[in-house]
Amino acid sequence: MVEWTDFERETIQNIFAQMDYEEIGPAALSRCLVVYPWTQRYFGNFGNLYNAAAIKSNPLIAVHGKTILHGLDRAVKNMDDIKTAYKELSVLHSEKLHVDPDNFKLLADCLTIVLAAKLGSSFTPDIQAAFQKFMAVVVNSLGRQYH
Amino acid sequence: MLKKKEKALIKEIWDRLTPVAEDIGADALLRMFASYPGSKTYFSHVDIRPGSPHLLSHGKKIVLAIVEAAKDISQLTVTLAPLQTFHAYQLRIDPTNFKLFSHCILVTLACHMGEDFTPTAHAAMDKFLSAFAAVLAEKYR
Repeated sequence: MVEWTDFERETIQNIFAQMDYEEIGPAALSRCLVVYPWTQRYFGNFGNLYNAAAIKSNPLIAVHGKTILHGLDRAVKNMDDIKTAYKELSVLHSEKLHVDPDNFKLLADCLTIVLAAKLGSSFTPDIQAAFQKFMAVVVNSLGRQYH
Repeated sequence: MLKKKEKALIKEIWDRLTPVAEDIGADALLRMFASYPGSKTYFSHVDIRPGSPHLLSHGKKIVLAIVEAAKDISQLTVTLAPLQTFHAYQLRIDPTNFKLFSHCILVTLACHMGEDFTPTAHAAMDKFLSAFAAVLAEKYR
């Protein structure tokens, strides 16, 4: 079981309470597709991903970015047992979507950077550490049912 | 592989950040210490609390080395030769830490530059820092 300090719990709840899902979700996913272009392999039928501008304005990517970000809500609400909360999602990503779990970390890193750009200096080192710890648990849980 | 446009962009960003090298460096170091406590083991002999003189001077030193390397990225191995030796034989920092520190530099840049830290700039910077780290570790074995 993961131990969370009060500061870490508060930090995670605050970040997601203030999050603009419409903006951050699409920004994180599209950034991932630009910075780590091999992740585009999972989006073959999403249309034009030819360059950064195309990716940024791609409506299917935007919708999917929002879906992914809302997928984190389950972890935010179940911080004391994210592993169980993500069991089905993990099976889905393994059995149906066939996503290499290494990609989860790439997306998590992009989300961190999008948040940093949005929050500026209020994304302090301690807040960053709490957020990265949370994302590491999510990433680990999503990869757990792979076999 | 870094394209010509990317090299120019990286050089431009680091030239612009040179006046605040100290702030960028210290911030990135603090972020690394907070997220990856193992990295603090290399600094057990110095004061690395926020605002400490050593943290500031060390952050500045690191960023200025990056600035220098960014001026001519095709000459990375030449520019970094002395630092390669220093890291391999004296400092012997485990190269995994280079990745962690690079990530924290990216976060610092994002905080500092906001939406100017575009996906394109981020991609170029990530590639540059990866290349920098790889060259830095070349003499390790």
